[in-house]
Amino acid sequence: MTDAVISAQHLDLTFQTGDGPVHALRDVNLTIDKGDFVSFIGPSGCGKTTFLRCIAGLETPTGGDLTVNGMTPDEARKARAYGYVFQAAGLYPWRTIGGNIRLPLEIMGFSKADQAERVKRVLELVDLAGFEKKYPWQLSGGMQQRASIARALAFDADILLMDEPFGALDEIVRDHLNEELLKLWARTEKTIGFVTHSIPEAVYLSTKIVVMSPRPGRITDVIDSPLPRERPLDIRDTPEFIAIAHRVREGLRAGHQED
Amino acid sequence: MKGTLGPVLTVILAILAIWYVACVPMNVREVLSAAERDGAVVTPTDPVERRDAGAVGLVLNNTAHLGASWSLDRAKLPAPHQIAVELWNTTVVEEMTGRRGIVNSGSLSNRGLVYHAGITLWATVLGFVIGTGLGILLAVGIVHSRTMEMSVMPWAIVSQTIPIVALAPMIIVVLYSVGLQGMLPKAVISAYLSFFPVVVGMVKGLRSPDQSQLDLMHTYNASKSAVLVKLRLPASVPYLFASLKIGIAASLVGAIVGELPVQQGGLGARMLAGSYYGQTSQIWAALIAAAALAALLVWSIGALERRTLRRMGVV
Repeated sequence: MTDAVISAQHLDLTFQTGDGPVHALRDVNLTIDKGDFVSFIGPSGCGKTTFLRCIAGLETPTGGDLTVNGMTPDEARKARAYGYVFQAAGLYPWRTIGGNIRLPLEIMGFSKADQAERVKRVLELVDLAGFEKKYPWQLSGGMQQRASIARALAFDADILLMDEPFGALDEIVRDHLNEELLKLWARTEKTIGFVTHSIPEAVYLSTKIVVMSPRPGRITDVIDSPLPRERPLDIRDTPEFIAIAHRVREGLRAGHQED
Repeated sequence: MKGTLGPVLTVILAILAIWYVACVPMNVREVLSAAERDGAVVTPTDPVERRDAGAVGLVLNNTAHLGASWSLDRAKLPAPHQIAVELWNTTVVEEMTGRRGIVNSGSLSNRGLVYHAGITLWATVLGFVIGTGLGILLAVGIVHSRTMEMSVMPWAIVSQTIPIVALAPMIIVVLYSVGLQGMLPKAVISAYLSFFPVVVGMVKGLRSPDQSQLDLMHTYNASKSAVLVKLRLPASVPYLFASLKIGIAASLVGAIVGELPVQQGGLGARMLAGSYYGQTSQIWAALIAAAALAALLVWSIGALERRTLRRMGVV
């Protein structure tokens, strides 16, 4: 418990809409430890993105407790505890790649010299050294998403929250980026929350897989992965991998049958 | 460029052709009166009957006497070449040989079009700058405050429904009574017309960033001013330029309308003077100068837009 970075207890979130209340999250209990790589998987409407947004302080839960680094999510946001990567890279077209990565640093008031040093470091981290002066439209979709990850890493938050960051990319690029992301996680020792709807992606990346289901959005299974932290791509053909993937699939199916 | 030249020329030639044809019925009464004075027999001979007859009928009955249709001194509708001559005389000839021209006096002639176009241009630019600044400020306020949107936007819309020709004299009188005259009242009218497209365009532009871009700023705990400077304003630049092109043309109209009642120089004063003295070709020359000025201004904004967007990396 001492290592808990993110802790949710009996978390509820109900949206009031014109068609009546929508239970986006109901009774969500979860503890994420430091250095965990946690994937949230489930069909659309299961609340996986909503939960991530709650952690980020972008949504306010209507019940229960949620702490991030021991603080409320809003305090954690103000303390700049996390970097957030959206599904769309969302780079500003009028800024160069370097300029985009500098954006949070400018807002947070880092010195010019510090900014330059950090931009250089994170660009190397995501394998984009030399692209600092390019504009987003000059980069492929995968490179743009890497730049947006670099942007989230630039100010050294301990937590990285990623909302289907590779959802719009083709499978080959996605495999490559998954591999890169694991390396980056090993090097930076960050705690990562990762939303996806791909079973292989979730199993390949995570130390902990959270299976969710919709109406109301809730957790149906939490799987602690027995896979080693060092994971080559072909680990996906091992029996252990297939067994975990099977359990995730079962969890997803169970969630659906309860409808 | 080669492909567009043909169609462009065709349209110009068609306009000129229609114009020359229109000169005949428009000017037929004056042409026939002049022909009668020279001893020709026109039908009908009675001037009163002629006054009540239709223009087309007069043309058809007097086909032999229409030679002067394109060379009348004070035509109702001067022919294009007459306007061209007027333009040439009031610009190049006036400046080169006129007593008050730039060659003989060292300053632009106040009887020449260039001088008056210059007056209008400065009032337009000043009004445009005021209007654009005001428009941007209002848009920033409207985007940030619901109260401001509810309280200001209806007035901005109402302001544009009042005919400017009705309002312009009042603005001038009111400003004169507080000691403001000369260029400023014209600039105020011109700002009055140009702020509106800027407000509308900028409100749309400042709101153009999508929710995830705003969320991203929120995750950085960015202040409202940081969101404005680093996200909303850069995102609104393409919208701003679209508005500026409309705004500068509106500014020019405002400046000209502001010159009508004052008669202290400018293309508007020139137009009104022309109509007082029946100098139609002077009116047309001033109109064409105004159109040329508008084209030049809109083109300048376009050039500035291309440069700015290229520098911003978004092309």
